[in-house]
Amino acid sequence: MSEAAAHHGPPQGFIRKYVFSLDHKIIGLQYYGLALVAVFVGMFLSWLMRFHLVWPNAAIPGLQLLSKVGAPGGLITPEYYLSLLTMHGTLMVFFVLTNAPFAAFGNYFLPIQIGAEDMAFPRFNMMSFWTTFVAFVVLLAAFVVPDGPPISGWTAYAPLSAIGKDAGPGLDMGQNLWGISIAIFCIASLLGSLNFIATTLDLRAKGMTLMRMPLSTWAWFVTSCIALLAFAVLLPACLLLVLDRVAGTSFFVPAGLVVSDHLQPHSGGSPLLWQHLFWFFGHPEVYIAILPAMGIVSHILINSMRKPLLSHKVVIGSMMAIGFLSYMVWGHHMFLSGMNPFSALVFSFPTLMITIPATVLTLIWLGSLYGSRLQITAASLFALGFISMFVSGGVSGFFLAQPSIDIYLHATYFVVGHFHLVMGVAAIFGVFAGTYFWMPKMTGRMMNETLGKIHFWLSFVGAYCIFMPFHYLGLAGNVRRYSSFVDDFMAPLMPVHKFITIAALCTGAAQLIFLYNLIHSRFWGPPAPVNPWNATSLEWTVPSPPPWNNFGGVHPVVYHDPYQYSVEGAKEDFIMQNSPEQVKTTVRS
Amino acid sequence: MGKFFAVTVAIIAILSAIPIVMNYWGPPADISTHGAAIDDQLHETMWEAGVSFLAAQLVLALFVWQFAGRGRNDKLKNFPGGAKWLVIAAFLFVGTEILALGVIGQKAWATVYFAAPDKDAVTVQAQAGQFAFYFRYPGPDGKFGTPRPDKIDEGNQNFFGLDPENDVASRDDIVAGELAVPVNRQVNLLMHSKDVGHSFYVRELRIQQDFVPGLDLAVHFTATKTGQYEIVCTQLCGLGHYNMKAYLNVLSQEDFDKWLKDKSAQ
Repeated sequence: MSEAAAHHGPPQGFIRKYVFSLDHKIIGLQYYGLALVAVFVGMFLSWLMRFHLVWPNAAIPGLQLLSKVGAPGGLITPEYYLSLLTMHGTLMVFFVLTNAPFAAFGNYFLPIQIGAEDMAFPRFNMMSFWTTFVAFVVLLAAFVVPDGPPISGWTAYAPLSAIGKDAGPGLDMGQNLWGISIAIFCIASLLGSLNFIATTLDLRAKGMTLMRMPLSTWAWFVTSCIALLAFAVLLPACLLLVLDRVAGTSFFVPAGLVVSDHLQPHSGGSPLLWQHLFWFFGHPEVYIAILPAMGIVSHILINSMRKPLLSHKVVIGSMMAIGFLSYMVWGHHMFLSGMNPFSALVFSFPTLMITIPATVLTLIWLGSLYGSRLQITAASLFALGFISMFVSGGVSGFFLAQPSIDIYLHATYFVVGHFHLVMGVAAIFGVFAGTYFWMPKMTGRMMNETLGKIHFWLSFVGAYCIFMPFHYLGLAGNVRRYSSFVDDFMAPLMPVHKFITIAALCTGAAQLIFLYNLIHSRFWGPPAPVNPWNATSLEWTVPSPPPWNNFGGVHPVVYHDPYQYSVEGAKEDFIMQNSPEQVKTTVRS
Repeated sequence: MGKFFAVTVAIIAILSAIPIVMNYWGPPADISTHGAAIDDQLHETMWEAGVSFLAAQLVLALFVWQFAGRGRNDKLKNFPGGAKWLVIAAFLFVGTEILALGVIGQKAWATVYFAAPDKDAVTVQAQAGQFAFYFRYPGPDGKFGTPRPDKIDEGNQNFFGLDPENDVASRDDIVAGELAVPVNRQVNLLMHSKDVGHSFYVRELRIQQDFVPGLDLAVHFTATKTGQYEIVCTQLCGLGHYNMKAYLNVLSQEDFDKWLKDKSAQ
């Protein structure tokens, strides 16, 4: 093990231990806590939106306290609907889907799974969390500035996002805060992903070859490579956007725009430039959300099936292929944006190609289930649910990858259904699976399995009830990002919208079971043993929760591939990675 | 519990497919010459994606049904052929789909975007602004006046910024809040945005195209059925986005000529 592992001694005092901690485990928990707050805020915003869509004239008591202008008398205005939509998307994509599966679990478990005492750069690690926290506060501040949060969507398309208050409410200080918040978030993610890469490459324990790393660690490693390149592009894009807004530059605003009867003092910019920069980040971001979930789900499924996946190498190769291809497809968000129509064909092809590694992964998961000794737990249910959601959200991508079909389906609820299933629900299911699986290690207390299973059933059926009908709405041409469906052709679709809203309210409420289980078990759950799931990787060799230096000053030595389950001739049906026990290896390549 | 999961997944998969198979909420009837190719493409993709979806969900259900809850004494089995054949199957199966849809299917895209408009196409300029569409016809001289952003004055109904005093070509330009087009004749729509990004979407026409500020685009189509259809904005453009709409009126040639004449006289 490298010297870099032990940069810091045991933490002294509450502040150094729990607030400005250098310990990757505390930082992982901080990320998890931040994501938990963000996901409940984001979900609450989606409730408000769904409620407004189907009962536009019913006041929501107390909502005027959130915004007197945006919700006078508890009734949401069309512009406030767009504010809610922007904040929902931004919170969920950045502060939940990037933070929870990647930053939270990655921080906590990547060093332990490779046998390291901490991250390569513990101070950077602390900085990356607190920078993320600042980004979060700056974003939420948009709720309290006079003109409210921005209304330009989480994609912040220029020039709507670039020209300031002439373009509408929320586009003054609110939009500035949005741009600054996301720029800060990018810095945090760059620090974090550099740290993950350095840690993975430098701090692996003796015997922990790259191919012996668990699939969850592989996923975090590939994700950090993607994140490093993606956020490095979004950061300057956000800075240019803020400059356009506050310094009078014209990176994204062309000449001759007349907004609210004012000829705008800009010239020479290109709205398409923003779209290219944004989606160069934005598409890989989908994989930043979903790849860690793939790794987590693989890691948990293998443990539940008591047998390794059909091929460790093929899974790693597929994740790398997805990461690589994710950089060649961003233009599929822009088929109808006015870029050269030939480039639509060029972007369509790799988009369709990405289906190949995704199909390989799905077939490997399904094929591995065959002949297994699958144990049903809350964690494995969510892992299986992930596969189901990933397939459902994935097949609709096949439509949207084709420019000709996009002519009809672009900007409809079909797209909303697609990305919510594949990047929202699937990734969140990965996080739930990880939570039920790893929380005993993180808190030292077992979670309640029965409540976990109830949570699964309500979430699984509920998520399908919400997001499957979105596809039907899209096929009927129901346009997204409308605060009210005033067009004649959308009126007959209102029953579908009502069904979705009711499903969303119920499924959201079911998440309180999860919250209760999480908090209750944290304090009153039965103590967790070192290895409650009879698992093989290194995180299950240390106490629950692990001490500040993970392995108690002992440097672990790794003798085995990560998933030695059901090994013939072994004492038990599994062999820990650090066990010197010698048996014929059964891991298939 | 495993069996319960299997049944649930199977039921969800089948229920999800029913509205699609029964076509409860499908696209409205197409009224364009190019739309049939898009519909075919959509239909074919629905088949391939639908079969993949059902097959994957049902196999997931089947394997969980069969293998959940097996204990240490049950024999572990490997999927026949192992990973190698699954990888080959993915490449063959998805590869064929990509070839069938991705490559051959690009024809539908090409008919909309790669073919030049006909010489005798009716040229109309569409301008999108917060939160209305306006349409401009060149008038009897066949020439559009040059729009000047500094002349735009919504109060005086000068939506395009025309300057009839100095610009002769603009004097006979016809400006309307609806898009009237003749049936069975190609329309070349020149697209201009006044302020921010917007989009032009007519479901029945199978046309959707963004308006990009600073970038004047064109899209052409031929409507084949008279009637009135809704044009909606599909690019988030501000607080009135949901309410930004106009009507497309597909008229017979005689009605269209008469409409132009009436508008011209106003």
